[in-house]
Amino acid sequence: MNTQVVSASSKAYVRQEPAAVLPPPGSLIGPLAWIRDNLFSSPSNILLTVVAAAVAYISIPGFLNFLIFDAVWTGADREACIAKDGVVPGACWAFVRERVNFFIYGFYPVDQRWRVDVFFVLGAIGVAWMLWLKAPRRDIGMIYFLVVLPLVSYYLLGGADWLGLSAVDTARWGGLMVTLVVAGVGIVASLPLGILLALGRRSKLPVIKFFSVMFIEFVRGVPLITVLFMANTMLPLFLPDNITVDKLLRALVGIGLFASAYMAEVVRAGLQALPKGQYEGAMAMGLGYWQMMRLIILPQALKVTIPNIVNTYIGLFKDTSLLLIVGIFDFLKAIETARIDPQWAAPTTSTTGYAFAAIVYFLFCYGMASYARAMERRLSVADKR
Amino acid sequence: MKKVLMSVAVGAAFVMAAGSASAQTLNQVKSRGVLQCGSNTGLAGFGQPDAQGNWTGLDVDYCRAVAAAIFNDASKVKFVPLSAKDRFTALQSGEVDILVRNTTWTMSRDTQLGLEFGPVNYYDGQGFMVRKKLKIASAMELSGASVCTQQGTTTELNLADFFRANKLKYEVVAFASSDETIKAYDAGRCDVFTTDASGLYAERLKLTAPDDHIVLPEIISKEPLGAAWRHGDNQWGDIVKWTHYAMVTAEELGVTKANVDEMLKSTNPDVKRLLGTEGKFGEAIGLTNDWAYRIIKLVGNYGESFDRNVGAGSRLKIARGVNALWSKGGLQYAPPIR
Repeated sequence: MNTQVVSASSKAYVRQEPAAVLPPPGSLIGPLAWIRDNLFSSPSNILLTVVAAAVAYISIPGFLNFLIFDAVWTGADREACIAKDGVVPGACWAFVRERVNFFIYGFYPVDQRWRVDVFFVLGAIGVAWMLWLKAPRRDIGMIYFLVVLPLVSYYLLGGADWLGLSAVDTARWGGLMVTLVVAGVGIVASLPLGILLALGRRSKLPVIKFFSVMFIEFVRGVPLITVLFMANTMLPLFLPDNITVDKLLRALVGIGLFASAYMAEVVRAGLQALPKGQYEGAMAMGLGYWQMMRLIILPQALKVTIPNIVNTYIGLFKDTSLLLIVGIFDFLKAIETARIDPQWAAPTTSTTGYAFAAIVYFLFCYGMASYARAMERRLSVADKR
Repeated sequence: MKKVLMSVAVGAAFVMAAGSASAQTLNQVKSRGVLQCGSNTGLAGFGQPDAQGNWTGLDVDYCRAVAAAIFNDASKVKFVPLSAKDRFTALQSGEVDILVRNTTWTMSRDTQLGLEFGPVNYYDGQGFMVRKKLKIASAMELSGASVCTQQGTTTELNLADFFRANKLKYEVVAFASSDETIKAYDAGRCDVFTTDASGLYAERLKLTAPDDHIVLPEIISKEPLGAAWRHGDNQWGDIVKWTHYAMVTAEELGVTKANVDEMLKSTNPDVKRLLGTEGKFGEAIGLTNDWAYRIIKLVGNYGESFDRNVGAGSRLKIARGVNALWSKGGLQYAPPIR
């Protein structure tokens, strides 16, 4: 067959070279085709496209004008941002610039703020070490993240006389720092606790099962705000006069327990998604309970539930803003407090503050979501085979 | 459920309040080395952190004055920001020694919570703001007006009472948050904006053209804002009360932060008693005789504090009005020190 083709090629009426590949018809390539395929492929899509375009046309220029083009970038006080000749300027970024340190550090003493910076750097190292899959010695990174970092941060932020670090009362903590501390503690504490509770709930031992179910259902049955109120308002009444539990610690415990109850249900969903054969196979191999969980069940169950775990984390991160109700100055509360300062009272100050909060929360949450998506892609390689 | 919880809380509060009713607060504060002051979580002019995170405001100055009297150091205050909901519990449970957080002194709070209310450091009350171009000079001319207010607050109730009592017609335009309310007023959704007078001045600054609006002279509710402390500790109560009275007396006598050192040489017997160069009034309340000197030196007199935080020297520019000294037609009156 092959030889025939070669010999035929010497004939004059046989092409010496393959014909040049013709481009596909114009209606199938290029931007026009993409637009037709993706935006105008059916009457309902045409309608959706038109509506979406109209919404974008109406909202985006106003958004950009407010946030960028009409915004005030410099100034020392409200004079910069008040209406001039009846025209209200856009976002008052000058306000955010002047108060950004308060948003980040809260009431932390100015000359001690380097400690918070060190905490941020240590935290970033820990997060990168844990999340960057090719990082060296991730086992040490794990110990660093779960043991060393919390201990060091505790003394670093709270103060330690033996290190020459002056004590800084938690009442002076505030801003983004508190948001990160609370969210970090909630995130780090909720997964192990949640796994234990989920296993407890599926346990065959009646007492363990009963207490796990009770805890999960009780905590899930009340809103977070109630938990915070209980921790903040009721608890001090039940304790003797001379015992006061730190306000931030109360909130931390409340949020940690709350998040772990939700996490438990997320993990349980993963456990139930696994076919029974996985359990039976593991047991047939002669693995004990904890070995089975550690080596066979949990790796699969957690993989299935990554989107839900991250969903819970993102929810938890945003829930930290409820702390403002109990008078803890988290990031949002710091902005809330600053925006009513008469020094910056102007028509757009509040909106600017909230826009800034939205941007920062978005960056954090989007970061978490993006990482989770990449993780899922990596772990789902096996499913694609 | 909420009611049940509240009654449990209040019941528990009684038990605790009874337990803590002893003359211990001053000793506790001294041994702790810092005054714990229940403060606002942020209210323009009354309690507000600046860009460096330092608290400033009229209520804040009150706490600083108490600390100055005890420690001769106005910075020995730990401000515990409290929300409207947990403020009384924090005081009852001993988390704070004194509550100065624009808290209205009412009979039920004074008698049922195991608390004592002290001198009023700011007489507030609900007022109205209108556009100048309406040419309205008094709230009595507001018949037929639409009024922007915040939903579910006593403001709304006071408003109804006022208009009904004066047989005026009105229309309420209510919003969930104060921000929405002032925005709606600014956009012309209503003729009148109402909230507590102290808030009116702060909100006015947020308008597109603040100078086109005026605050009407009528005040339609009584909101005496003052300090509170635990029931039963009378010595501590004396200190809190007389701290304010010393500041008012100093203003009356013209003793200021700037001239207090010169005033030590004054021959005026009132000044001498105030500054402790004569008599032992400080020791009688468990402090040193120069207690009032410390307050004035480190914080200032009442007029100075008012001016700097909410009055003419601040951005709020609230008129002294009923908060002027009694000798100038206001309500601020201190019993004599003698």
